[in-house]
Amino acid sequence: MKFELTEEQIGIKNAVKEFCDKEFKTEIALELDKKEEFPMELYKKAAKLGFTSMFFPHEYGGQGYGLLETCLVIEELCRADSSLGVAVSSGNFGSELILVHGNKEQKEKYLPPICRGDFISAAAFTEPNVSGSDITRMETTATKYGNEWWINGTKTFITNATIADFMVVLTQTDTKIRPTYRGETLFVVDKGTHGLETTKLHNKMGIRCSVTGEVRFDNVKVTDWNIVGELNRGFYYSMEFFDKTRVGVAAQAVGMAQGAWEIAFKYSKQREAFGQPIIQHEAIGCMLSELATKIEAARLLTYKAAWLIDAGKMDPMATAMAKQYASRVAMETTDFAIQTLGGYGYLGEYRVERYHRDAKITEIYEGTSEIQKLTVLKYLLRKF
Amino acid sequence: MDVIVCVKQVPETAEAELKIDASGKKIEKTGLVFDINEWDDYALEEAVRIKEKFGGTVTAITVGPEDSDSTLRKCLARGADKAIRLTDPKFEGSDAFATAKILHSVIKTMHFDLILTGAQAGDDGSAVVGPVLAELLGVPHAAMVKKIELGEGKAVVNRELEGGLEERLEVKLPALFAVQTGINEPRYVSIMGIRKAMQKEIKVMRLSDTGLNESEVGESGSWLKIEKLYVPPVEKQAEFLQGSPDEIATKIVEILKSRGLI
Repeated sequence: MKFELTEEQIGIKNAVKEFCDKEFKTEIALELDKKEEFPMELYKKAAKLGFTSMFFPHEYGGQGYGLLETCLVIEELCRADSSLGVAVSSGNFGSELILVHGNKEQKEKYLPPICRGDFISAAAFTEPNVSGSDITRMETTATKYGNEWWINGTKTFITNATIADFMVVLTQTDTKIRPTYRGETLFVVDKGTHGLETTKLHNKMGIRCSVTGEVRFDNVKVTDWNIVGELNRGFYYSMEFFDKTRVGVAAQAVGMAQGAWEIAFKYSKQREAFGQPIIQHEAIGCMLSELATKIEAARLLTYKAAWLIDAGKMDPMATAMAKQYASRVAMETTDFAIQTLGGYGYLGEYRVERYHRDAKITEIYEGTSEIQKLTVLKYLLRKF
Repeated sequence: MDVIVCVKQVPETAEAELKIDASGKKIEKTGLVFDINEWDDYALEEAVRIKEKFGGTVTAITVGPEDSDSTLRKCLARGADKAIRLTDPKFEGSDAFATAKILHSVIKTMHFDLILTGAQAGDDGSAVVGPVLAELLGVPHAAMVKKIELGEGKAVVNRELEGGLEERLEVKLPALFAVQTGINEPRYVSIMGIRKAMQKEIKVMRLSDTGLNESEVGESGSWLKIEKLYVPPVEKQAEFLQGSPDEIATKIVEILKSRGLI
């Protein structure tokens, strides 16, 4: 058993940290959080340095690393700034489906620009009447007419919806088959395809630099070429996809928790009350020590889940544990960070209130905490 | 154009709580974060830019413990081709003169057109390793260099002087330049760079590889000995001036004049 990062992995963390220390300025985050805008310039800069293409192979311009290295990057991005970090690390959301299941032509078309940072991608699963937690039946359909597939339906809460250059969408291609999930297929659809309409959703609680929107498909016509992987295998691909990306969400949560904790820790050493720094008051000091312990535990769960996937031993229980625990720790830590800073913590420019608002999404997207607990339970029942 | 860059790994001390160890001559190093000396960072960037423009190689060299590898890896990730680490328990306690001798013992066997160092190190701030090394090698040097323009067999450099002045010099190559921060904007380390750096070798050399003997390095080979390291006592010499703004201004002028400051 080895609990150390390699020299190379430490180098990766440090590289991202140095980049963020200079580039992730609070003013930018505050402005984009207010305007609900994606940090395109930072995304492109990060891409040029390879930060957004960690797990893509060299042949498509990626860095050829695994999920663990990807998580190290995400963690550092979100530690430096929860809002900018989430946005930058989610710019390529969904393109892993092309990498894993796409054919050669699809990979050659979409992956190099994704690795360069020239493209943004999206993946569309959740629908207004179909919860993201249960994607066993889709109301969005793809129906075959001759050589064409006509896609109809609406997707919502889609990350990067309005800025994506292409989008992978889960559809019902066989409406008669039971169970229904055996009739779901993934299609890749280009931006600007006739009948594709995207609308930005406003006033999110957090991750406001990450664009979220609704996508309408009104007789969007594609061909067999656009099928990702095999027909009617979309549900399985999607579940497997989330088993991986979920670890990335855990890494976001660990990063946010660490970032907020550091702000609170530093502040508590400087701020004085009753003649001493507030960190010397045990209510503050002990809580910060306890939270540091929880963050470390969440980090280890996350690294383990990522390591298992890289070792080819994917364990959905480990993934679910990591995401559920890390997101809870992120909520607790960011909450206490506000409490530590008191009135200042409640103000935007001191950053921790934004970390708290941003952290909440990690308990919701890519599988809610409730679903994660059910997953853990399911595997526990198999084992014991 | 073959460039050698001398780098040093130093603790980040801007925000750390520093403690002096039991010997009273060093700081406690456990728990501190180490990184490349800020000035050396600029020297390395300048070297890589020269290589990119004129071709040739960049070699990063350091005298330091094993964990200096992370600083050397960073140099390799930024574009250095080779790295040399000089490590030996006998090197410990070397002052700037002894450090320059160690660097000299290796560099004199190498081909170079240019040597770059940081103007000073963030930890001991002595700012003499570069100039002493140049003297030992018998090459010209310039310190506090803010700009380097390379020509055929010579370089034109700008030096930063006190009082906002700058000096422009023509220097024969090979030469050594100790660079000031701000000479360029150091690039970020990229993931592609890290991958390449991991494939490059860090050559480790010990005392026996340098041709020096024990008495020439470490404390015995140093001209300076640290007597004591301490935190200076806080002096309270504030004087509060009373009166109307005009009266206070007059008093300030009197005080400044009496001290010969205006």
